[in-house]
Amino acid sequence: MSSVRTEVIVEAPADRAFRVFTEKMQTWWPQSHHVGKSEMKSIVLELQPKGRWAEVGADGKETPWGHVLVFDPPRRLVLAWQLDSDWAFDEKLITEVEVRFTPMGDSRTRVALEHRNLERFGAKEEQVRKSVGSDGGWALLLRNFAEKAAERAA
Amino acid sequence: MANQSDRFAALADPTRREIFEKLARKPLSVAEIAGGLSVTRPAVSQHLKVLKDAGLVTMKSEGTRNVYQIDFKAIASMRDYLDRFWNKALAAFKDAVEKEK
Repeated sequence: MSSVRTEVIVEAPADRAFRVFTEKMQTWWPQSHHVGKSEMKSIVLELQPKGRWAEVGADGKETPWGHVLVFDPPRRLVLAWQLDSDWAFDEKLITEVEVRFTPMGDSRTRVALEHRNLERFGAKEEQVRKSVGSDGGWALLLRNFAEKAAERAA
Repeated sequence: MANQSDRFAALADPTRREIFEKLARKPLSVAEIAGGLSVTRPAVSQHLKVLKDAGLVTMKSEGTRNVYQIDFKAIASMRDYLDRFWNKALAAFKDAVEKEK
């Protein structure tokens, strides 16, 4: 099973960390990473199992990203990430993002994130070739890649 | 085996980025790549070698032509992308939590 894992230690109690992660997602979510046509205005995350997870554009339109699988405050959150490798919502695709909040004393929390089932993207060559040529999707990836390369060179 | 930093280094050069972006649209021969670029064909071959060594493009011979294309296995690495994405997101999350009272 293919997954990515990362973690961060935050100087805050677990309940606050959980609250900022879930209720205030738009305060930390990288603005450049969204899929709707217009600029992203906010993020909707309904705090209950099966709750929606979506972005709201400046035009007021909601673009789905996935939904809530497990909502267990303040320790555990599992989200279904349903964006495919073409950056399009696919209701049949479910990759899981699990976030665990582990207290380390009263005011420090380890936040560990795993994004798994990545093999389900099954990036087919044809699909990738198509999306590389389009805006967003892999074109965005390539641009990021190139920008990063330019930063390193500078 | 080329790693991520080889790829970054290979794409640090603007001409190589231009070549790479051309190939992202479709597979091309050396002559086709050189057309429209203000560099000589030997220079293009040299750039292609760097991209190939970095695992970003692959080459196959079609008759007398060498045709280059993006190495989709390397680029289609959603994993690398998400790895960088979540690291960036969690760093921003840490800042947001620690500002919150």
